Amino acid sequence: MSGFWTLLKRDLLLQVREGGAVGTALGFYLIVVAMMPLGLGPDLNLLSRIAPGVLWIALLLAALLSLPRIFEADDEDGSLEVIATGDLPLELATAAKALAHWISTGIPLALLAPVLGLLLNLELSAYPVLVATMLVGTPAISFLGLVGAALTLRARRGGLLLALLVLPLYIPTLIFGIAAISAATGGPSGFQASFLILGAISLFSLVIGPVAAAAAIRFQTQ
Amino acid sequence: MRLSVKHLVVDRGARRIVDDLSFAVEAGEALVLVGPNGAGKTTVIRTVAGLIGVAGGSIALEGGDAERELPAQAHYIGHLNALKPSLTVEENLRFWAAYLGGGVVDGAAIDAALLAFDLEPLAMIPAGYLSAGQKRRACLARLIATPRPLWLLDEPTVSLDAASVALLAKQVGQHVAGGGLVLAATHIPLGLASERQLEIGMRSAAA
Repeated sequence: MSGFWTLLKRDLLLQVREGGAVGTALGFYLIVVAMMPLGLGPDLNLLSRIAPGVLWIALLLAALLSLPRIFEADDEDGSLEVIATGDLPLELATAAKALAHWISTGIPLALLAPVLGLLLNLELSAYPVLVATMLVGTPAISFLGLVGAALTLRARRGGLLLALLVLPLYIPTLIFGIAAISAATGGPSGFQASFLILGAISLFSLVIGPVAAAAAIRFQTQ
Repeated sequence: MRLSVKHLVVDRGARRIVDDLSFAVEAGEALVLVGPNGAGKTTVIRTVAGLIGVAGGSIALEGGDAERELPAQAHYIGHLNALKPSLTVEENLRFWAAYLGGGVVDGAAIDAALLAFDLEPLAMIPAGYLSAGQKRRACLARLIATPRPLWLLDEPTVSLDAASVALLAKQVGQHVAGGGLVLAATHIPLGLASERQLEIGMRSAAA
């Protein structure tokens, strides 16, 4: 397992040294959300009603931007092949990379969401729930996205293909993430049920993602 | 210890690259694969490293660590250097030593690896600033930083100058003298006493 932490630490260090990816994702998130009131007009009731949906969809798109880089750099410089000759099973190596992606992209995006909620007149009572659902839901984004990143690793213009492959997989996370928030602000569905299902989706992807990604990597590096 | 490859068959897509290849590398021996471009030297080395699946035959490290897979007992040096441009030479080396060595970094081994490939003046420089030959040396230092019995070297001398080739030859010589195994594909002779050559690809070239 020590190889797991070594790889995780290196990926986080590289994120700090090279920057870029996180800043781009956060900037993209900010711009997409900021454009909504401009496009829809200053109807505060409308904005606060659609705020959870806008925040979640923009978050998915922002996270999608950073997915291709999970494996790309390691593949280009040959690191991926050396990683495959380590003692660590490739499944755990891909899990370490997904965890690094979640820490460096998922968490910052989830923490930026309440700030952007201000732009959309999100109800005050929804803020804690918004951050909680995003922190619980974003691991699914990293770990399901991992599979797409591995499958499209050596495809030309893989980024577009990646979006087509991965976005449909995000639909359950989106539905239950928004349901949990709207329940907390007086919507029809129950908060606890939605929140638990959201957690279940993340746990499920935590197991499936690395196994599928490792299989895809083995196929790609042949 | 003995690397034993028996009746190896490897397909790439619909093409059969390696057909019924058998060879063995004994402990304390270096086997150099020779053959024209496209003969399958890289394919053989990558297959032994576990990166390509076999279509037939077997690869085994007899007398090795039964608890570990063959690739985890081998160093694979491919065409690419596996260096991160934003990390210094030493950080790159420490990462690979920790990752390949199961989390334990031996400080003395890192120093020895830097010394072996004359990298001490470059240790604190980000790998992105190095020349091609310096990057190659930083890549090769991995061999010394983590001890593994089998070295798989695919064109290790690419971009190296004569002095650096001599450094590599010395390290390969010491590894072999210490009972290690080396399987290499190279066009530049390493000048080892115990070096054996295996010509491959003549049959598939004719087929």
